[in-house]
Amino acid sequence: MSYPADLKYTKEHEWIRVDGNTGAIGITDFAQQQLGDVVYVELPEVGSTITAGKVFGTIESVKAVSELFAPVSGEVVEINSSLKDRPDHVNSKPHETWMVKVKLGSTGELSSLMDAAAYEQLIQK
Amino acid sequence: MTDSDGAPLKKTPLHASHVALGARMVPFGGWDMPVEYSGITAEHMAVRTAAGLFDVSHMGEVEIAGKGALEAVQHITSNDASKLQVGQIQYSGLTTPEGTFVDDLLVYRFGPSHYLLVINAGNIDKDYAWIAARAKEAVPDVATVNSSDRYALIAVQGPKAQDILQALTAIDLAAIKYYWFANGEIAGVRGTVSRTGYTGEDGFEVMVPPAMAARVWDALLQAGKAHGLIPAGLGARDTLRLEAAMRLYGNDIDEQSTVIEADLGWIVGWNKTEFLGRDVLHAQKTGGTKKTMVGFEMTERAIARHGHSVFHNGQPVGVVTSGTQTPFLKKAIGMAYVPPTLKAPGTELEIDIRGRKAKAVVVPLPFYKRPKK
Repeated sequence: MSYPADLKYTKEHEWIRVDGNTGAIGITDFAQQQLGDVVYVELPEVGSTITAGKVFGTIESVKAVSELFAPVSGEVVEINSSLKDRPDHVNSKPHETWMVKVKLGSTGELSSLMDAAAYEQLIQK
Repeated sequence: MTDSDGAPLKKTPLHASHVALGARMVPFGGWDMPVEYSGITAEHMAVRTAAGLFDVSHMGEVEIAGKGALEAVQHITSNDASKLQVGQIQYSGLTTPEGTFVDDLLVYRFGPSHYLLVINAGNIDKDYAWIAARAKEAVPDVATVNSSDRYALIAVQGPKAQDILQALTAIDLAAIKYYWFANGEIAGVRGTVSRTGYTGEDGFEVMVPPAMAARVWDALLQAGKAHGLIPAGLGARDTLRLEAAMRLYGNDIDEQSTVIEADLGWIVGWNKTEFLGRDVLHAQKTGGTKKTMVGFEMTERAIARHGHSVFHNGQPVGVVTSGTQTPFLKKAIGMAYVPPTLKAPGTELEIDIRGRKAKAVVVPLPFYKRPKK
């Protein structure tokens, strides 16, 4: 699977797709492969604030639990409620299946994230 | 790759086959093992509905033979091995004098005075040292051999297992009862077929020489294709055994938990006048224990895992030993040690999942029982 050029990536394998001053956050194809079958995603509540580099939720596969790290800071404006019944979409469509949408605090944080080419290099190491 | 001690990981005779099949390999008990091929859910479902093929060659084998072999086995294991006929197998505990588990194991009666013990991969060195020393307490001149390198073990599990394996052997599989075995040729390879497994499903385990393992593995994959058989890894093995409430050494049972606490009183041969741990186990059977193993189901959306604390009415009462979201039952289930006063099905528990208390309820074990034919 290729890594879309319109996403920005973290070294913890999250991505963010920015649209205006809103960012949708998910995990990468590499991350879902490492996790295996995802069965549960625990997300923050709408209205709460997440902080760049800090844990904002957890994701569980059959075998293991991992933390989700925020690529940027901001207020959660929407969570993907379809994940409750279809957590497997994280596996089948990792780059389309967003988990939370946040109102960006500052766009400056985006510049510290990787583009697709840099991320692909990271995961090939 | 190395394990946590820095020692090189061991490889089963089927290692190259797993890599060629695209398995994700992980360290397990000192071995480089396949955790999944196509995905834990798909593999789990294949075993419940068709068949799965497992490499369990990492399991260890110890043989006890010669005059006095039965006496030695009786001394070191909890179950009553005198009940075994040649060709029969029993689940048992390798117990300490405190009644706790050095390991859990299968005891095969290979011949009138020849027993084969199948033990856990991560315990091979510890078990063999224990068995060699303790067997001699009972019978000074008994022969104990660590023959772990002499056997490859392949499990074919699922409702289609018999049809698939029957196409490759002249052994009449229908005549092998649960926990019995027979010798013969499988895919042209001399070996042993037992009706055993660690999945809660019907199925067989095939023991062959390591050099012949790939031939038997490939033949089973080929023969199974039309029946929906797929290779399955340790991930599915774990979720399958948990649905069937089979204990996992190192998670559910260990040297800190007794056979009675683990609610495995059925593997104690109470007729035996002596075996390691008998006094403690007998006292616990009559006088009770501080903790006992129960099954539970989460009633809130959350997944309990090994090591999570268990609460009742806000008070800490125990610990989760195994937990997962199961692919077949589609529930979050687990096993835990709690005080015996809390063992009744329906008892409400809370599990501390990373700081949040989620509700659970005690349910009877096993979680899954295969449909009767």
